[in-house]
Order: sequence, then C-alpha cells, then structure tokens
Amino acid sequence: MDILRFATAGSVDDGKSTLIGRLLFDSKAIFEDQLEAVERTSRDRGTEYTDLSLLTDGLRAEREQGITIDVAYRYFATPRRKFIIADTPGHIQYTRNMVTGASTADLAIILIDARKGVLEQSRRHAFLTSLLRVPHLVLAVNKMDLVDYSQERFEEIREEFTAFASKLNVSDLTFIPISALNGDNVVSRSENMPWYLGTSLLHHLENVHIASDRNLTDVRFPVQYVIRPQRATDPAFHDYRGYAGQVAGGVLKPGDEVVHLPSGLTTRIASIDTYDGPVEEAFAPMSVTLRFEDDLDISRGDMIARPNNQPAVAQELEAMVCWMADGVKLTPRTKLTIKHTTRTARAMVRDLHYRLDVNTLHRDEEATSLGLNEIGRVSLRITQPLFVDDYARNRLTGGFILVDEATNGTVGAGMVIDAR
Amino acid sequence: MLQRDYTTSQLDVLEAEAIHIMREVAAEFERPCLLFSGGKDSIVMLRIAEKAFWPAAIPFPLMHVDTGHNFDEVIEFRDRRSAELGARLIVASVQDSIDQGRVVEETGRRASRNRLQTTTLLDAIEEHEFDAVFGGARRDEEKARAKERVFSFRDDFGQWDPKNQRPELWNLYNSRIRKGEHIRVFPLSNWTELDVWDYIRREGIEIPSIYFAHTRKVFERDGMLLPDSEVVQRGDDEPLFEAVVRYRTVGDMTCTGAVQSTAATVEEIIEEIAATRITERGATRADDRSSEAAMEDRKREGYF
Repeated sequence: MDILRFATAGSVDDGKSTLIGRLLFDSKAIFEDQLEAVERTSRDRGTEYTDLSLLTDGLRAEREQGITIDVAYRYFATPRRKFIIADTPGHIQYTRNMVTGASTADLAIILIDARKGVLEQSRRHAFLTSLLRVPHLVLAVNKMDLVDYSQERFEEIREEFTAFASKLNVSDLTFIPISALNGDNVVSRSENMPWYLGTSLLHHLENVHIASDRNLTDVRFPVQYVIRPQRATDPAFHDYRGYAGQVAGGVLKPGDEVVHLPSGLTTRIASIDTYDGPVEEAFAPMSVTLRFEDDLDISRGDMIARPNNQPAVAQELEAMVCWMADGVKLTPRTKLTIKHTTRTARAMVRDLHYRLDVNTLHRDEEATSLGLNEIGRVSLRITQPLFVDDYARNRLTGGFILVDEATNGTVGAGMVIDAR
Repeated sequence: MLQRDYTTSQLDVLEAEAIHIMREVAAEFERPCLLFSGGKDSIVMLRIAEKAFWPAAIPFPLMHVDTGHNFDEVIEFRDRRSAELGARLIVASVQDSIDQGRVVEETGRRASRNRLQTTTLLDAIEEHEFDAVFGGARRDEEKARAKERVFSFRDDFGQWDPKNQRPELWNLYNSRIRKGEHIRVFPLSNWTELDVWDYIRREGIEIPSIYFAHTRKVFERDGMLLPDSEVVQRGDDEPLFEAVVRYRTVGDMTCTGAVQSTAATVEEIIEEIAATRITERGATRADDRSSEAAMEDRKREGYF
C-alpha cells in the first residue's frame, strides 16, 4: 500500500466539504462520535442538513465564521492506498494556503459547479496547481444532478477548461462528472450517466500512477546531518562517519561515483546505511546515511550529485515567488533569509520583473511590490552558492522558502525557473 | 528486463518523513528534547529517533511530565526503556509544581491534573532552556490538531496562535526563533492510529501491558470505564465491577477510560481498531469532552 497526497480546492458552495465528507464516510474514516458531534452542532445552529464542513473546519474562528481559513489535513485509506487530503480554502485571500497544500500534493481536485461552469476561481486554482507542478489534475464537475446529468453540459465545461489548461503546464488532466450529494461517480460508477465511460473518482485516486512522478533520473542528496558517534551504540562504530539525509532525486547505489558540492571533488559511495542494515539502492523519499570511500570535508547544506549530472551552483536565481506576509511587502532590495534543501543563506531581491494576476494570468510589469497572496517573477542574489534545479524538473531542489529576518515568519515560497 | 517500480509503502514514507524531521531539529536547534510518556505514540517516536541517528546515540534528552496519576505499568516501562537506550530522562513533576504553589490542585469528583500539566511542562522547558520539544501528537486525533504545523511555533508564554501559523511548504521547515520562544515538533503528524499500530507490529516494538486486554476493577462515568485507584475519586453511586478491558490511549488515570476488549496481541488490536467506529480520543478521553474547542483552548495555553 502506498500513499497519495491530494489537495482539494473549491468553496463550500461547490460541494467540496460534501465531497470530502462522502469520501471519508464511505471509506469509514469518519467515526460515530465525530458524526454525532457534527450533527449536534448543525442542529444547534438550526442548519437543516448535517454540515460536513464542520468536520474539517477545526478552529473556533472557522466554525464561528463558517469558512475554511487554513489547510486541514484529513486521512483515509482503502485496501489499495492511504490518502492524505490537504483541504484548502478556495477564496483568493487564502491563496497562500492553497499554495502550501499544493506544494506536497501528487494530485489536485478542482471542483466546478455544473450549473455555473468554469469560473474565475476555477482558473485560479488550475493555475496554482500548475505553478506548483502538481503532477495530476482532476476536474470534478459537481452537481450533475442539478443539470439533469446532461452530457452536453459536461462536454461544454470540458471543452472550455481544456482550452484554458492548454496555456498551463498540466500534464495529466482528467474530467469526472459527479454528484457529491447523491454519490454519483464518487465511489462507484453512476447509473445516472451511462454516457460517461470513465472511472469513479475514488477508483481514479486509487489507481493513478504516481511512482514515476518523482525524479528518478538526477541524483540529488542534500546533506542534512553528519553522524559521528561521540557515544556510539556499539564500540565497533567508534570511527564511523556518515552523511545523513533524504534523497531528493535519482537512484543511488553503493559503488556509484559521485561528486561533492561545493568542492567539486569526486568519490564513490562505500555504503548506504540504515538502522535496519545497509541497502542496495536509495531513492526519494528515503532517509538514509551515506558513507564514502574517500575522506572529504562534508557538512550540512552540501550536495551529493553525479559527476555528469550536476545541479546549477548558483548565487543568482530567477524564481516565481508567492508572497505570504500580512504586513510587509516584497520590493526590490528586500533582504531575507532563504532556506533551500538543507542550506540556509541570505538573499536580496534584485528585481521584480512582473506581478501576475492569478485570475487572468496578465503580467503587470509596472508593479513595484508584491503584497500578501500575490505572485510574481523575481531575481534574487544569494550570499552563498545554492545547488538548484529548475522547479519543473525537481520540486525538492527547485523550491525554497523566504524568512523575514525581523519577525522570523515564513513570508515567501519560491520556485526556481532559472539559475546561474 | 522488467522496469523496476519504485513504489514506497506507506509506513516507509511516513518513517522517512519522520526521520527527516528529527534530523532537521537535531541540526538546527541547540537544545531539543523529546517528550516521552510511555504511551504508544511516544514509543514509536523514540524508535524513529533511534533510527535517525544510528549508530550514534539519540542526541537529546527525554522528558516526561509526570502528574503522579500515571499507571504503574507505564512508569515502569518509561524507566526501563530510557535506561536501555542510555538516554537521559528528565521527569518534570506536577506534584512539585503543586508543592511550590505554581498551580492549585482541583478538587471534587472530577478533579484532574490534566490542565495543571501545562504549567509544569512550560516551567521545565524554561528551566532547561529547551528550544525544540518533540511531541507524538497526530493530526488525525482531533480537529484542532488537524490544522497544526509539523514545526509549531510557541511564543515566550508557550502559547499557540492557530490563526497566525507559519506556512509550511515541501519538506522545508522554518526553525527561526528568538530566545525564550520554542518550537513544538510533531514528527508523526501524518500518521493515523492504525499506522502507529501497523508500525508497532512491523517493528516488533514493545509497549506497556495495559494496552492489551486484562482484568481490572473499573467503574462507569459518562459512558467511560475509569479505573479503581486512590487517585480517582469515586462516588457511592458509581459501583465498582470487574471487566476485561484494555487502554487505547495512555494518560492520567483520572481522565483516561478503558475500553472493553479481549484483544491480547498487536494483531488483535489492529483488527479491533480497523473495525471500530469511535475515535480513540472520543472513546477514552474525558479531557476532550468538556467543549467543542477543548483541545484548541488547551493547546493555545501551551498544552502538548
């Protein structure tokens, strides 16, 4: 059994909570006491139906205001897969939350109300999914029961959205007509739409192939922690020196020739160690410890790659940045702390090329700053070299966060588009 | 030749993620510690810590906030397990906080030291100058926890501000704090109760005996089975009876209920949980029942 992480975008009006509630309920991930609590609260408020959004809206403020503010993580499993849902709010003022939820997602579900069709917010959600390079996108056309399960309406929406998506980087796009309320095509195929020949939503989630979404080509091992036992668990390890980290790309094997960055020196992998014994290969997302044949000066923040396949060693980055700070804005000359893989450095904004309107994709080149939830293309100068790939090639070596040096808050998320 | 399929099982993914989180903390903080209660989640967390730093010893101390109302079996397990690992165990005592006048003991039938623990915990964090504190909480436990970050920032009063959390993207964690502030770190955030049990089975991890079915004198209160003990105040209208029970969670005797069960092995426990229709906290924790936002309110104050 493996794990699929997926993000859902949409507002309560689109039936998102109903859909999640149904997935959880039909997979027995909602328990009786949770359902009773929700029913009780719905009754107390005079709501006529059981408001399943109360399950996911966990904070007092969210329940008071009846909106989702933050990303909520929900879990369910079927015999085939474990699922982690990042349930993100749909409104534009919560763009940063959707970006957060999408950053780790293998798949995103965008809900569209069949009566309303493709709205501005559907386009925004699709754009953010594509910006964050979520590998699989599902467009769930909901409330089909309210359009008489019309194939014509479904095809209209499909055509309109496909035309828009051709402008984005979406590699795998699936359309599923559903009714979350009645359960049509959610868990099993619906008899109300015999014209639909695809699978149910849950069947799609269970079977979408994600193993090859990871980068298995470019060996990238950011050194996270040096293991040198001062007090070994066994005296035999007194002289042990290993380099621990989580594989970010490629497949590593003992005997492989590798290059250490920043030194550029080469050596071979002597052994890939784990608590459970040495392993014959390591790939993402495994956390392992490497030992090398030669004694090199290696520390946290360094990178292990292959001599003939190295990341860019860069102090100048071009990146799309989503700004997440409430008060301060990003402007040229802003100084920040940057965290990229296991390396932390300082960064200065050299230039803001344009601000992107996330609804229309219009580029405003006159923009002089980025405010909360705004996205733009930025040039950064870094105080020390980072070992980066384009975000499109590797989300783990192409993504970074920006930290405000005064407040210590995480104020930006960046995706590298060019480095030198 | 067959194409190799690099599929990774769910437990391996969760373990790799938790190891990554632990190593980040060890690399970026000066004085971390791991909250170890002898409960199943903290036992799993301890195994992850062993794995993350092997063959070196775990590079931080363990800490237990002892209410004095814990089960003997769990305290015995706690001491033995820390000794086996050669780890330093700090015991922060709620009784000491009461004796020093830092907190006042609740009175009455429903008296519990649950809420008092927060003061003891925060005092200990301050005394030992801990800047990162590992906890075994999981997001599937409770709806306020479903929104909490892996690196959860606490101000210098130890408070959690759920509306002002740091965004957390990819596997990048922001460890920046000022002196006096700290980060609660939850490496098991993405695990479910069933994942924890599957992992205990796969790894062959020992757990305290009260998790397995045993005969115990109990009484019923609010639909929960509470144990016969000198620290639990029982009314005349709450008669004792013998039952075959086990514990799904391990907390204070005053607020942790047992469930009727005959599950005597980890396999049987997994079967039972897979079939159950009530959450572990709903079934067994009086402390979460006081209000819809009971957990959020306690967490804001600095609770685990």
